[in-house]
Order: sequence, then structure tokens, then C-alpha cells
Amino acid sequence: MSRVTLDARRLLCPMPVIRVQDKIETLTPGTILEAICTDPGVLNDIPAWCRINGHKVVESRSDRAEYTVVIEVGEAE
Amino acid sequence: MPQLAQFRIIHGFTRLTTKHNMTEQRKAVALISGGLDSLLAAKVIQEEGIHVEGINFYTGFCVEGHTHAIRKKDQKKSKRNNALWVAEQLGIKLHIVDIVEEYKDIVFNPKHGYGANLNPCLDCKIFMVSKALEWIKKKDFDFIITGEVIGQRPMSQRKETMPVVSGESGAEDLLLRPLCAKNLPETLAEREGWVERERLYDFSGRSRKLQMALAAKFGFKDYAQPAGGCCFLTDAQYSVKLADLWRARGSKQYEMDDIMLLKVGRHLRPAPHFKVIIAREEGESNFLQGYRKQFVTIKTISHGGPLALIDGEPSEADIELAARLVARYSQGRDADLVELEVEDREGSSHALKVEPIKPHEIPQEWHI
Ligand code: SF4
Repeated sequence: MSRVTLDARRLLCPMPVIRVQDKIETLTPGTILEAICTDPGVLNDIPAWCRINGHKVVESRSDRAEYTVVIEVGEAE
Repeated sequence: MPQLAQFRIIHGFTRLTTKHNMTEQRKAVALISGGLDSLLAAKVIQEEGIHVEGINFYTGFCVEGHTHAIRKKDQKKSKRNNALWVAEQLGIKLHIVDIVEEYKDIVFNPKHGYGANLNPCLDCKIFMVSKALEWIKKKDFDFIITGEVIGQRPMSQRKETMPVVSGESGAEDLLLRPLCAKNLPETLAEREGWVERERLYDFSGRSRKLQMALAAKFGFKDYAQPAGGCCFLTDAQYSVKLADLWRARGSKQYEMDDIMLLKVGRHLRPAPHFKVIIAREEGESNFLQGYRKQFVTIKTISHGGPLALIDGEPSEADIELAARLVARYSQGRDADLVELEVEDREGSSHALKVEPIKPHEIPQEWHI
């Protein structure tokens, strides 16, 4: 299973969500995307965006000033 | 004349019509701002059995996000993004589109002018609908929905502006406003029977009562009701700061960092060629830290205090004045001398001891 990292640090919401969305468009279902961010808002916004667009958040963690959300890309409709 | 609906479906089931001799579900994209009107407009059309997806445009000035990520006192507040929340309530996909660069032209030269502040609402609406039109063509959707209501907003939502938005955006009768459709000429979706005109609404005016009643009927609670508009450009104080920035630069221009910095800190301009941005609290100081390589920064050493940036090309004397201002907003405000550290863009720093400026020495005009 391929794994891709996205650096969305220093971007404020909704920019990290837009970056995740645009990245996912280029990825195949099943790919794991790891988004590294600094805006704590991503812990709400990325999972919300994933829920409505059919992707799965498999992990989210925060480490001091960084917030990482790990997403499994869902099937495209 | 195309064949009309093969299945008449009410309340959430699929409406199928023939398109190019194939049975196909009609699809609409809804402009979702995160407010109540766009939520209701999309819901009304879903109830007609249309497949709805949402589109949300990010201009850089949107009220969503940002500030609660910056100010510490706001960090505990719910950080919900209302556009995403609306999409989730409706069970629809949401496409967020970054239009920051293209949008600058709208802010600089709005053909239809500004509203009460620097909000170019009418041009903004036209632009967003034209982007939605591009989108539906690319994605093979059938029409566009907005939550516009005649008379709701003094500048952009009047009876006369409705045809301006549909005409100048190029959308023409592909644009349906379900909340006031009955007050407007029939659009394609109504003519073709994809939606039933009779079940659309005739809202008008500034009152929110009808929208609230409809929200209650659909069972929506806890929706956002932005007071002024959907972006910072409707905010008087923000507009004053943006106008000041344009004056100081001698032209209308901005970058994303400028938009963000105008939302943060106290802004004081002692002279046309520089201004000082002083954090108001810890969250803002942390945020300004991220700009250390782009600006001269000042922070207090001898006392607790905020981080400040100097925007412009300050001389030695300007830096000293800025330091006196920063000292004034530090815990050393009443001390004889406050020691501060000044760091340039390359990262080299030096210490400075200054007397905090007295309140009466700060002319009111310095505050932007
Ligand atoms: S309030 Fe801002 S985003 Fe909303 S229509 Fe006016 S300019 Fe556009």
C-alpha cells in the first residue's frame, strides 16, 4: 500500500483541507496520505471533509505544535 | 421538447429524467457559504430528488477558520468550519476551491463598486457563479443553486441585481435560487420539470423569520447566522486596515500574508513608510513568530511582553520609536526603561533600552 506525505504546515484552515482534497484527486483508492499541519483546526476540518467525501481518517495525532492526520483514500464514485 | 420526469419522486428520492435518450439523474451544484440560506436552498432542491453537491470558494478573506487558530482565547471555541458542517447536515460532497489569486482582481477593481466597506459583493457573487458554471460544465452537472433572497442584502441581493448576477456570470437560466424562485422568471430546471416551481419559495426582504421557520421544518438546529456577510471585507475595521495598506504601498495590492496579518494584533502607523504590528496576546505572539524572516521583529527582554513586527523599511530612529511602542504594551509599561531585542530579517539581533512611550504621546491617528 503506497504512502504519501503532504506538508501543510503554516497554512491556516481551510487551506490544509484544500491541499488534502487536491492531493487526494491524484491518488488511487487505498493510498495512505499523511498530512502534517500546524493549524489545530485541521483535527476537526480534515475528518469532516473526509466523512462527507468518502475517505477514512485512520489516525490523528498531535506532537507539540504539529498535527498529523492520516487518511486512507476511499473509492472514487 | 425533452421528455419530462419518468419518476416523480418527492422527499429525498431520486428524480430521473431522460437526457440524451438515457435515463439519468439530474445534478446541481450548490454554492455553500456555511450560512443558513445556502443550507436551505440546497435542501429544498435535494427534496426535489436532485443529486446535489456543494462548492465553497476560499477567497482568503473568509471568516471561517483563521482567527480561532490564532488567538489563544478563541482556541477553546468550537473550530467548526460551517461550510463543511452544512455539507455534513445535507449528506453531500463539498468541493472547496482556492480562488485567492483570481479574486484579487475583484477586490482591486470591482466593476459594480464596493458595499459599505471594502466588500465587492456584487462582483464577488458574479465571479463565484461564473466559477460554478465552469465547474458544472467540467463535471457535467445540470444547474447551479444559490441561497440568494431578494432584498436580503442591500448591495448584492436586490431585485435588480438578480439578473445582473445570472447574466454577467454567463449562467443565465442555469442559475436557480430556490428561496426566491417564485419572484423571478422561470429557469431551465423549472421549465424542464426537473424541479417543481410550485414547491419553491418566494422569500424576500431582510427578515429571517421565513428562513428560520423552514429550518425548523427541516429539523436544522445550531446553524450559523453570520451578521454582516461571509467575509472580512464587510468588517469596517478590517477594511480600514486594508485601505491603509494600499495607501502606504501606493497601489492596491496584497499577498496572502498581508490578509492574515491584517487580522492579527494592534496596528499602529507612526509614519507612511512603516507600521508596527503588536501581538495582543500569547496566541498572536506565537503566530507572528512565523514571520520572523520576513520582517524586523521586536520582543521585550527585561519584562514580559508581546512580539511585534515592523512592516516597511524602518530607519534606526523608527526602530527605536517602534521599540518604545512595544514597551508601552509590555508588562514594563510603567518602568523607567525596558530592554528589548530587535532582530532583522537575516536573524542578527541587538538589544535596545528604551523608555516606554506615554499614552498621550501616541496620536490617535497612529491606530489603524
Ligand atoms: S460578504 Fe464577502 S464573500 Fe460574501 S458576497 Fe460579499 S464580498 Fe463576497
